[in-house]
Amino acid sequence: MIGQIKAVFGNMVVAQTKDRVVKNAVGYCVRHDGIKLLCEIIRIRGDSVDLQIFEETRGLKVGDRVEFQEDMLSVVLGPGLLGQIYDGLQNPLPELGEKVGYFLEPGNYIHALDTECTWDWTPKVQAGATVMAADTLGSVPESIFEHNIMVPFGWEGQYTVQSVAEPGSYPITKEIAKLTDSSGNEHPVTMEQVWPVKRPLCVAKRRLLPTKPMVTSVRIIDSMFPIVQGGTYCIPGPFGAGKTVLQQITSRHARVDIVIITACGERAGEVVDTIREFPELQDPRTGKSLMERTIIICNTSAMPVAARDASVYTGMTLAEYYRQIGLNVLLLADSTSRWAQAMREISGRLEGIPGEEAFPAYLESRIADFYERAAAIELRDKRIASVTIGGTVSPAGGNFDEPVTQATLKVVGAFHGLSRSRSDARRYPAIDPLDSWSKYVGIIDPKKVKKVHNMLRRGDEIRQMMMVVGEEGTPIEDFTIMLKAEFFDSAYLQQNAFDAVDAATSVDRQRFVFDKILEILEADFTFKDKDEARHALKKISSMFINWNYAPWDQSVIPESEQQEKSKAEEKNITESEEKDKPADKPSAKDGQAIDRDDFKEVLGQIDQYVQSLLKNSGKAKAEDIPESEEKDEVEPAAVSSSTQEDSQNQK
Amino acid sequence: MRTFYDEISQIAGNVVTVKARGIGYDELAVITTRDRSSLAQVIRLEDDKVSLQIFAGTEGVSTGDKIRFLGHSFEVPFGDALLGRVFDGSGRPRDGRPEVKAKAVETGSPAVNPIKRRVPNKMIHTRIPMIDIFNTLVGSQKLPIFSVAGEPYNDVLARVGMQADADIIILGGMGLRHDDYLTFRHRFDEAGVLGRTIMFIHTAADPVVECLLIPDLALAVGEQYALQGKNVLVLLTDMTSFSDALKEIAITMEQVPSNRGYPGDLYTQLARRYEKAVDFDGAGSMTVLACVTMPGDDVTHPVPDNTGYITEGQLYLRNGRIEPFGSLSRLKQLVNGETRDDHRAIMNACIQLYAQCDESREKREMGFELSEWDTRLLEYGDKFEDKIMNLNLNIELFDALDKCWEILAECFDPEETGIRDTIVKKHWPKKSRRTKAEPQVETVKS
Ligand SMILES: Nc1ncnc2c1ncn2[C@@H]1O[C@H](COP(=O)(O)OP(=O)(O)O)[C@@H](O)[C@H]1O
Ligand SMILES: [Mg+2]
Repeated sequence: MIGQIKAVFGNMVVAQTKDRVVKNAVGYCVRHDGIKLLCEIIRIRGDSVDLQIFEETRGLKVGDRVEFQEDMLSVVLGPGLLGQIYDGLQNPLPELGEKVGYFLEPGNYIHALDTECTWDWTPKVQAGATVMAADTLGSVPESIFEHNIMVPFGWEGQYTVQSVAEPGSYPITKEIAKLTDSSGNEHPVTMEQVWPVKRPLCVAKRRLLPTKPMVTSVRIIDSMFPIVQGGTYCIPGPFGAGKTVLQQITSRHARVDIVIITACGERAGEVVDTIREFPELQDPRTGKSLMERTIIICNTSAMPVAARDASVYTGMTLAEYYRQIGLNVLLLADSTSRWAQAMREISGRLEGIPGEEAFPAYLESRIADFYERAAAIELRDKRIASVTIGGTVSPAGGNFDEPVTQATLKVVGAFHGLSRSRSDARRYPAIDPLDSWSKYVGIIDPKKVKKVHNMLRRGDEIRQMMMVVGEEGTPIEDFTIMLKAEFFDSAYLQQNAFDAVDAATSVDRQRFVFDKILEILEADFTFKDKDEARHALKKISSMFINWNYAPWDQSVIPESEQQEKSKAEEKNITESEEKDKPADKPSAKDGQAIDRDDFKEVLGQIDQYVQSLLKNSGKAKAEDIPESEEKDEVEPAAVSSSTQEDSQNQK
Repeated sequence: MRTFYDEISQIAGNVVTVKARGIGYDELAVITTRDRSSLAQVIRLEDDKVSLQIFAGTEGVSTGDKIRFLGHSFEVPFGDALLGRVFDGSGRPRDGRPEVKAKAVETGSPAVNPIKRRVPNKMIHTRIPMIDIFNTLVGSQKLPIFSVAGEPYNDVLARVGMQADADIIILGGMGLRHDDYLTFRHRFDEAGVLGRTIMFIHTAADPVVECLLIPDLALAVGEQYALQGKNVLVLLTDMTSFSDALKEIAITMEQVPSNRGYPGDLYTQLARRYEKAVDFDGAGSMTVLACVTMPGDDVTHPVPDNTGYITEGQLYLRNGRIEPFGSLSRLKQLVNGETRDDHRAIMNACIQLYAQCDESREKREMGFELSEWDTRLLEYGDKFEDKIMNLNLNIELFDALDKCWEILAECFDPEETGIRDTIVKKHWPKKSRRTKAEPQVETVKS
């Protein structure tokens, strides 16, 4: 199937052909110097074919040859995907770097999987067995997982296993089984298969309603706006508000088996951070490097636009593949707006009638289709697996009232909206606790969440009211509520992404601290005046902040509860609770050997101080007691360090 | 054998369409009119119709003019002969000296393979506290200055540029006023760096297409030096002129605009330039500082907005100061963990308190009663502006940090700062005025 270039305009080429061509099939434009540029057929009109080129079109001429293929844009699936760094078309970037050097010169394509490396094959079926697409034939170990080798997903009907390879060490190209179809034709199976990226890959008994929390270790998410395994969420926010940092944190700490990071049309530098850091970081649950559970798909902003569109689908398909294996996968896409813009650029050249802000009319359905590919499923062998999708959105002007944000909000299960005012005030993560929402239930009892949510809302109302009536016109009860809301914000919702301990809070710790917070929010403090109230709550806040930096001490949870929990927990590593060892100490890179407080000690200080406040409130309520008598009982330390000394003395 | 083509069928905007065959997309050509000649670039091929963007504009182009194709895309000569020289947007000398004879390199190289990038880790000390403490500049960063017209943005650009200690400095001026060009020249001369400076200058009087080419020229030359192991600093001013040139051309090409007339690929166009900032693994680096004037002081305007999404932060210049809100260095955390143990804590605390001061100021403006806390915040805000935000300051990072502690201690109790104990214990000034001068505000104060 051959054609000839008729026109070139940006990354669009119009070719003419007399042959049969398949829409969405790939092809190559052959430059006069012999370099072949990958392209995709996006429209066919008579004998004229519109192609989008996944490379720079510089140097293409009218009359140059186009070679069409049958296959749609596909990815290679098989063992060895983990730890890889791919471009949007699944070319391994390290190998490209070795072959081509500093720059991504057009027309270089490398097979996605290493065909030489060998894998320890264990057959799981015997000759004579009847199998169908996605059934497991055997497995090889990959990282800490058992990587099932399955009957190719696209094969229809039933097959009989004719032969299976003996256990042994084989490369992925080795025939590991031979199947015969109902008409008696033989089909060899290797460890790799291909799948078209734009077609959802899901062979399951049924789709489940996702309910199991997907823990990110970010407090405001897990406690307030939770995500679940198999669910979807989005993070819209103006530039610099913290979308990428939030995703980076999540990619490190999320309690899932596999994380696929799709860097879509954003900075190359951010990917470099991950590429350089992950191999050095240890996954606390497996003891292996984080890279071994990660795949990076990288089509950054300076790379060709058409490949940017492909990159999100490439990431998606890899995620679905590992879900078929039976794992829980998290797909992070940063940023889906760049993907939408890529669609806009491409459609703009097709001269379609554009919709709002020149985005194509099909924008909404594309976004919906994409998020719809997330799901928790029950595989045919009853195992549960999931793909969770988290996408950032970069709305123009930071205004959520634009097509991409709106289309996304319609289809996701949780919305983590970042606000400019919070990031300006360095209240990170800048997720707006009043605007954001989640339809899922997380690790904290929803009733409790509701309580603090109401408190936050009320606090905000009072703050706004105060803008009108002034502090003097605000009753002290209201004022205290506002202070409490503020305390909850700074002591719990805010979290330092760059501190080794504070960056990730385990489930146990979140539950424990949340309860403590609730105790304070519900405490019936009575203050003499607003200054006193402000001082007290600032002091509690500051203690909690110290507490956040103190390594977690599991022993604050009664032994009995711990036992109960571990019994209830499945063996699945996604579920297994990371033991927040004191080895949580700052990494060498962090450079700051910070002295950290002891968790229990700070807890003691907090309890003591709160008690003293309550006692004081009780008395203050009864009658105004002269200050001098009170002085020794209530702890008036200016520098909270002395608090610590005092409490130690008392021990 | 060079062939000329002269069957010009259309002249519209800056684009000329000519009948020709065997021409490559993106190829360069020379068009010769009655009184001059200009470079031109292929921007569309359709059968035997070749559309060319004329760098010098189409004014005076006639249907009988001749076009000669060069067989390669846009190039710039590269070599040390460029040092100390000044060129225009077509790469011609504008300093009255002869053409440079040197090996040519193509502009607009492909993206750098991320694998070949290093994580930047070298702090650039600017001696401006608002940058050093709060928005730390890092080698190979791409950082724009967002500015309202009329602010001294070129001064700040030049000042930071001089501090950067680069091997090679490249200035790309777009829509530059001649005065500004002379000022830059003077600053470079004063600092004794003119000999390692290259300037590509487009002034407001020059053809609009040449404005588009300035960043490509500057970045292509910079990239070559970086590949040779040099640390290069590229200064681009004003990128809003560049974007407006894009807009103008997109409109004459009848592209559907996406936002306030700007083309839908504005993000991609800007990103392809800014992303040239790089720290090569195994070679040198290129830092890109740019100016972006904000029409109507509006950050949500498409140019600053798209820029902000691309660059590694921004310095927001307003009222002669670098605003603490809105300014950001995304790379700061790569270096500020290793400067001094209180750097990050101070960075956060000072801004959080300044944000609260803003609220108190609002209260004051509304005529509300101010609490004791408000008065202290107000005092803090004034001091912070005067002693830290002031752009006239020229002090070392550590001195600036110490100054912050002083101000904090003058206005607050340690636990009011939200800084954790261990850092406070180490750095809280021994003689804080507050603890000495007035009694503590205590829980049991009546
Ligand atoms: N959770 C956080 N903790 C501390 N700093 C943060 C946090 N999130 C963002 N930042 C700061 O804001 C900068 C921009 O964040 P980033 O995630 O790159 O923004 P976005 O992707 O939304 O444009 C970061 O470089 C960092 O300095
Ligand atoms: Mg980002």
